[in-house]
Amino acid sequence: MTLGLFLTQTLNGLQLGVLLFLLAAGLTLVFGIMNFVNLAHGSLYMMGAYFAAAVFNATNSFVLAGVVAVPATMLLGMLVERVALIRLYQRDHLDQVLATFGLILFFNELVRIIWGPASVYMNAPEALSGTVMLFGFGYPAYRFAIIAAGLFVGAGLYWMIHKTRVGMLIRAGATKPEMVAALGVNISLLNTLVFGLGAGLAGFAGWMAGPILSVQPGMGEPILILTLVVIVTGGIGSIRGAFYGAMIVGIVDTIGRAFLPTLLREFLERSLAQAAGPAIASILIYLLMAVVLAVRPQGLFPVKHG
Amino acid sequence: MRSPQLWAAAVLLGLLGLVPVYAAVFEQPFYITLFARILIFAIAALGLNLILGYGAMVSFGHALYIGIGAYAVGILSFHGVTSGWAHLGAGLAVGAVAATVVGWVCLRTSGIAFIMITLAFAQMFYFLSVSLKQYGGDDGLTIAARSDFGWVNLANNTVFYYAIFAVLVALLLLFRRIVDSRFGMVLRGCKSNERRMAALGFPTMRYKLAAYVISAQVCVVAGMMLANLTKFASPSFMQWQASGDLIVMIVLGGMGTLIGPVAGATGLLLLEEVLAGWTQHWMVILGPLIVVIVIVSNRGIFGVLAALGRTGGAGRARPGGTSGEAR
Amino acid sequence: MRIRTTLIAAGLAAAGLLAAPACAQIKIGFMAELSGPQGALGQDQYDAFMMVVEANGGKLGGVPVQILKEDSQLKPEVATQIVDKLIEKERVPIITGVTFSNVMMAVHKKITEKEVFLIGSNAGPAPIAGAQCSAYSFITSWQNDNQAEVVGKYANDKGYKKVIGMAPNYQAGKDFIAGFKRLYKGEVIDEIYTPLNQPDFSAELAQVAAKNPDAVYVFYPGGLGVNFVRQYKQAGLAGKIPLLSTSTADGSTLPAQKDDALGVISGTFWGPDFNNPASRKFVEDYEKKYNRIPSQYAAQSYDAALLLDSAIGKVKGNVADKKAFMAALKAADFKSVRGNFKFNNNGFPIQDQHIFEVAKDAKGRVSLKTIATPLKDHSDAYHAQCALK
Repeated sequence: MTLGLFLTQTLNGLQLGVLLFLLAAGLTLVFGIMNFVNLAHGSLYMMGAYFAAAVFNATNSFVLAGVVAVPATMLLGMLVERVALIRLYQRDHLDQVLATFGLILFFNELVRIIWGPASVYMNAPEALSGTVMLFGFGYPAYRFAIIAAGLFVGAGLYWMIHKTRVGMLIRAGATKPEMVAALGVNISLLNTLVFGLGAGLAGFAGWMAGPILSVQPGMGEPILILTLVVIVTGGIGSIRGAFYGAMIVGIVDTIGRAFLPTLLREFLERSLAQAAGPAIASILIYLLMAVVLAVRPQGLFPVKHG
Repeated sequence: MRSPQLWAAAVLLGLLGLVPVYAAVFEQPFYITLFARILIFAIAALGLNLILGYGAMVSFGHALYIGIGAYAVGILSFHGVTSGWAHLGAGLAVGAVAATVVGWVCLRTSGIAFIMITLAFAQMFYFLSVSLKQYGGDDGLTIAARSDFGWVNLANNTVFYYAIFAVLVALLLLFRRIVDSRFGMVLRGCKSNERRMAALGFPTMRYKLAAYVISAQVCVVAGMMLANLTKFASPSFMQWQASGDLIVMIVLGGMGTLIGPVAGATGLLLLEEVLAGWTQHWMVILGPLIVVIVIVSNRGIFGVLAALGRTGGAGRARPGGTSGEAR
Repeated sequence: MRIRTTLIAAGLAAAGLLAAPACAQIKIGFMAELSGPQGALGQDQYDAFMMVVEANGGKLGGVPVQILKEDSQLKPEVATQIVDKLIEKERVPIITGVTFSNVMMAVHKKITEKEVFLIGSNAGPAPIAGAQCSAYSFITSWQNDNQAEVVGKYANDKGYKKVIGMAPNYQAGKDFIAGFKRLYKGEVIDEIYTPLNQPDFSAELAQVAAKNPDAVYVFYPGGLGVNFVRQYKQAGLAGKIPLLSTSTADGSTLPAQKDDALGVISGTFWGPDFNNPASRKFVEDYEKKYNRIPSQYAAQSYDAALLLDSAIGKVKGNVADKKAFMAALKAADFKSVRGNFKFNNNGFPIQDQHIFEVAKDAKGRVSLKTIATPLKDHSDAYHAQCALK
């Protein structure tokens, strides 16, 4: 194992982390502000990827795909919120889990009816389809673009929440919603906006993931589970927690997958290591989450106030 | 106790008990298989409901115990042990150890963290079972014959059905006693205000852990029956969707009522069966239907009946939400 | 209560309606994965099967047939229940389809011990080819290992010395790597098993690049294959290290992989460029009807329908004469799209296995091109363990 390989793998972990962060940010905002558990967040990510792929296949333009997909997912999110979810804010978490579980079934089958059961094609723009030489290895340029775009969006989110009036209301709404309402702010509209923002981020992640992951029914669930791991590990409701949680989960998962089997081979015989390595690597992040929760039930970076 | 809830429960159980008769009259032995599966999931949901409905512990990982039960039967049969008592003993023993350890760790948390940590453990066991190459890994493990309980011949489908039915009824009676016992009172007390229960001097952690283990053991038994029904043990029994299905059944039926999970399991699985008969795209109907049911009635099928019965003095259960503290 | 009892009543009524018997026709159960993310293969199987039935005016072997379509949802417990329903309620004499190995393992014994004929058109796990084989099961696809063995032979022929094997961490994945190693004489320097639900291979591809083998052998079916092939290209490995594969670049995934898959090597028993009359007709009809290049899964199921057509015709619709029907199936007296076709003692085909390269076809579409036939009249490795003669 060389240092170059290790750094490449860290970069891979970072890229997974960035993708997870885009999803976790939306999920944790909705959870923190509306106290709402949205299992259908992964479905919004899937819809974003499908919108992007549909536009891409019609126009052959990657940029246009994003320009359409992100607002479309945002609108879809707000529509779902207005039609169904708004009625569930006052209910307990179980009802929310159940209703959004129903939405997952619906969206998975819907894309199957519209786009068929097989994966849909989407590709990275020509300029980003090559590799960049780094640490002695070719690193896919497109993955660099994901890291950059994700960090840019993360910074924008930070700026919006901490420096703008809307952000101030969002922060206030998270701590004392009644007070914000009493001050004459339309809380219901604010909720819809936050939900739309989360959906937009999910759509953005779906668009970014389209060229590397296959766009297919059910693509939202595996990543939803990972996202839940992220926000619970990081501390629910906190953007900061979502960011660090995503990076930790991304890097632990990638490094574990990459080096654990090789590492185990040092101690165990080959066939045993080949069997145990992947098994342990795949439970690593769940182990991480269980340990974190057992020690700090509120997560690593809980919301400080409220 | 002449509440509508009790009547409905009696009618539901009566209908379920008559399934083999119906199957025989109409020469449709298939219904026995279908309803045996329904009863098995009803038992599992009943088990989960003890902690979910009465203790506000939303476990998103109870499929784990179904898997343990199924693999207890599968692995022992694979090695030539056919005795049902051995299967039962092994399943309950492994289940008890696993549930105590997992429960002890998970119960340090509550609310959404509890949901997620139980999911995490279920996922770990799922991936472990997938890597059990000797026992078929992902392909699962075929079981040659049903567990051998001596004079009860489970190979006969009708006998098997009534055995499951008897377990269900016995568990319902047992749970009725548990819920009304001092133990059950403490558990329900923990649901509404755990801090107060602790202040009153109850070792709440011990009570909750005991409830968690009992609930897990019921799922182990359900898993053993499922393995016997399908003659198969597979990691897919432990998928997180399976845990989700159990919760759907409970909430649909009315959590915190005894018979609710049975009604929920029956309703959901029958609905799936009917919709799948109509269209291949049945999920596009079932999904919104679940949303509508949740929005329209937040108490499930039996929650409504319980509310009706409360005026009759039978308000044994108070379903609906108290997970505000889950934040 | 009313809601619930109505539900039950509705359920029983709906189920009862389906049970109404229709006479003088043969009922055939078709079970496959039709819903959810894994539905694509099952859909191909169903479409190809129905194409034969419809072309014959709803008949097979001159006898009207009723196809009962069932979705096993990739859940073994649902599949076993469907089998019970088909056999006990619908009393079907024949069940076909079955997409995934784990579902096959769950239902194989159940179907064959009731003396119902199982015409499997995809999954071929090792146990049912060996010790657990049955005279009632006929598989029109392949034994899982076959398609890997042919690639192993090819890697040998090409003189690759060091190969890395990659597959999802589940039984079929391990079987395919084992199948590859069976005929490959060089060194497999590493075997990488990725979690079944892991869609991203960046970490593993970096390992591969670091080790720089002569070739990479992979088995990534469905969406995983789409991801893998794309990411392999993006990582700059395509064209540098040859990518050998099974079920990774096939008719079901090429539409989503497109140009990214060009140059990928794949091993299987049939490709859409086969130049025999049966295959040409199949491809032409299928493209006309469904407007897509048929996948191998469609071809397997098409052959299953042709096999049934020939065997039902031979016994003149009297499938109740199980001995005669079994002999008629075993004879495999039909024109398979793959050319030569005959059954081994265990009910699996003895057939040629070919190597394909992903290339543009005459119409400029990305498709499979036959480049070699390393294994002729190939049997699976398990047939000797099967007690049948």
